[in-house]
Amino acid sequence: MTKQSSCKGNCRCYTAETGPMVPRPFKVVEIWKELADTFSMRLEPLDGCPAFFAPGQFNMLYVFGVGEVPISVSGDAAQSGEILHTTRIVGNVTKAMSAFKPGMTVGLRGPFGTRWPLDVADGKDLVFVAGGIGLAPLRPAIYQAFADRHRYGNIVILVGARTPEDMLYAKELARWKSRFDLDVQVTVDHATGNWQGRVGFVTKLIASGGFDPKNTVAYTCGPEIMMRTTIKALNDRGVTNDHIYVSMERSMKCAVGFCGHCQWGPEFICRDGPVYRFDQIAKSFNIEEL
Amino acid sequence: MTQSQKSVQQALPEGTVVRVGPDGLEALVALLKQVGYTTIGPTVKDDAVVYQEINTTKDFPIGWADDQDGGTYRLVQGTKGAFFDYLVGPTSPKRYFFPPQNKLWGASKEQGHFEVEKPAEEAPSYAFIGVRSCELRAIIVQDRVFGFAREDQHDKGIFSDPYYVERRKKSLIIAVNCRRAGKTCFCVSMGGDPHVRHGEGFDLALTEIMEGSQHHFLIEVGSERGGLILALLPFEAAKDQDLVARKTQAEKARGQMGRTMVADVNPLLKNNLTHSRWEDVASRCLSCANCTMVCPTCFCSNVEERTDLTGDHTERWRTWDSCFSIDYSYIHGGPIRKETKSRYRQWMTHKLSSWWDQFGLSGCVGCGRCITWCPVGIDITQEAAAIKKSEECQT
Ligand SMILES: Cc1cc2nc3c(=O)[nH]c(=O)nc-3n(C[C@H](O)[C@H](O)[C@H](O)COP(=O)(O)OP(=O)(O)OC[C@H]3O[C@@H](n4cnc5c(N)ncnc54)[C@H](O)[C@@H]3O)c2cc1C
Ligand code: SF4
Ligand code: SF4
Repeated sequence: MTKQSSCKGNCRCYTAETGPMVPRPFKVVEIWKELADTFSMRLEPLDGCPAFFAPGQFNMLYVFGVGEVPISVSGDAAQSGEILHTTRIVGNVTKAMSAFKPGMTVGLRGPFGTRWPLDVADGKDLVFVAGGIGLAPLRPAIYQAFADRHRYGNIVILVGARTPEDMLYAKELARWKSRFDLDVQVTVDHATGNWQGRVGFVTKLIASGGFDPKNTVAYTCGPEIMMRTTIKALNDRGVTNDHIYVSMERSMKCAVGFCGHCQWGPEFICRDGPVYRFDQIAKSFNIEEL
Repeated sequence: MTQSQKSVQQALPEGTVVRVGPDGLEALVALLKQVGYTTIGPTVKDDAVVYQEINTTKDFPIGWADDQDGGTYRLVQGTKGAFFDYLVGPTSPKRYFFPPQNKLWGASKEQGHFEVEKPAEEAPSYAFIGVRSCELRAIIVQDRVFGFAREDQHDKGIFSDPYYVERRKKSLIIAVNCRRAGKTCFCVSMGGDPHVRHGEGFDLALTEIMEGSQHHFLIEVGSERGGLILALLPFEAAKDQDLVARKTQAEKARGQMGRTMVADVNPLLKNNLTHSRWEDVASRCLSCANCTMVCPTCFCSNVEERTDLTGDHTERWRTWDSCFSIDYSYIHGGPIRKETKSRYRQWMTHKLSSWWDQFGLSGCVGCGRCITWCPVGIDITQEAAAIKKSEECQT
């Protein structure tokens, strides 16, 4: 299926005829290993339609003969034309994807879902709290904050990983750490090798984080249990739920509200999420197995 | 229908009621086939009344009725010669708009690249005969899910499904009013009625009238398309006594509702997401997914990859799925809804409560199928009533 001539740029290139379930062809431009079980790839559209996204949104990536999975965009939204994804290998599709070579074709549908809203944080301190692979979906928002650095007060970036070997984007974090206009703290659950840094859960860094709780917007992504303790620690500091944003993960087969899998109470996480202002979903968040 | 037929025939206006005999209905089926419809109607198969392609009214479940209750369905002898004495069976028109499996697209591979091939198959034009009032409302429910007659808003995540919309657009719906209601029916308490109402999307609506040796049908026009079809058939004007008989029939069926859903069930369930009743029902529920398979509004699906032996050709198939399956909520780390009580809660709160938030209407139309086809006879109305009762005890 070649490019639809009716494309007007902001259309995701679906037509009534192809429907939202048919992927667009993208080329793997580059693929590299981030960690033992995590890789990144840079993609470019092959159909002549533009590629775009907003921080927080995700794509459905399709591997021929294997399947399709939701993966957040982890690159810079201002770098138009290219799409970057960072993926952890956990099962069939992600494993097959990790074997891609440059030049191969990947199917892509998207972008889908809600964004990390940075516009609500004008003049405020920003706190990003990431656990493990959760840093990948947050990174586009961090890039956006850097691009408009003057609009915000302090920017605090707190990152946790299981071990030093699991620290995603470690080199980039080191670069960020050397900037004077950011407060970047990393920690691991278990120290290994010659780790000189902090040990302990990322949520412990919140208590001493350099931000004004009354004038802060926090963005968090990671395992649900980590987000739970993050929210508690933020609340304890005085950040209210209407100033906290979270990104939720559920099973997704379609990403367009048909398959039902991502339902969470009244929410379709593919459409109404994955990014939520916490006060709006706090009730659901606290009900087990909803 | 061809242009020339259209131009010579004036459509009968919406609301027109005419009268035909059983032969008139036979002529209707023949006409529908003649103008190119695939005619889908009720027929007896494997001891149940199901929807299937039919060729003549002789395929109808003539003389059959059914006895339904929690966990049981049995065909019994009905009024001799009656076409529509039965009530809803295990299937519904859903399976034609949103089939148990359908191919989304295929692809062929060559050296690391693949080309997507869209299925070339043209959507059939279905004419459904014998659609019940609750089934009409179930179609309205699924129209909202799959985006029929709705503008896409891609930037807001609002999409429509071309497979569903194509088939839905081309279909003709001939409804039939229920002459009686069964022990598992509760459409009235879900805001419905055993007799169809204008605005519910039927093209024609039948009422079967059997009095003494008389056997005839009223046909009411519900749309322009229906009016055009009917204009091509021989008919008599409906008599006053026919309309009286129809009214009496509706009242009788309304009074026969076997079950009732408690009032304000949407907020009731929202307030009781951690109620102990979920444990109680989970001790009976087999998590077999029958209720979701027979329900005319359930829309959940999986997407499967089907690859040929060479590995060079693959197809993406959409298949019915159910929130009762453990795999349904699977993500890395384990299923979200591990316990049966969570899965039953998902099903029931979705049908009766969160559907309102998602689509602005109830996901349950009160057809009673999930009660009839539950192997252990779990009853959605009783479960709701139990929660309601416990709330009343507390206050
Ligand atoms: C909005 C969103 C954004 C996301 N963003 C990212 C991202 O940026 N990066 C990222 O790495 N991930 C992301 N994810 C998660 C990612 O989608 C999943 O990791 C991916 O779908 C896994 O697919 P898979 O086929 O590789 O694994 P699966 O085959 O689905 O397997 C996952 C795990 O579950 C097990 N499993 C699966 N099914 C069963 C079963 N029936 N019974 C028992 N065990 C089973 C597998 O063995 C494996 O351990 C995101 C998810 C969502 C919803
Ligand atoms: S979530 Fe369950 S109850 Fe709701 S539509 Fe899907 S299968 Fe039916
Ligand atoms: S939930 Fe049960 S009664 Fe309601 S529409 Fe579905 S099958 Fe019918």
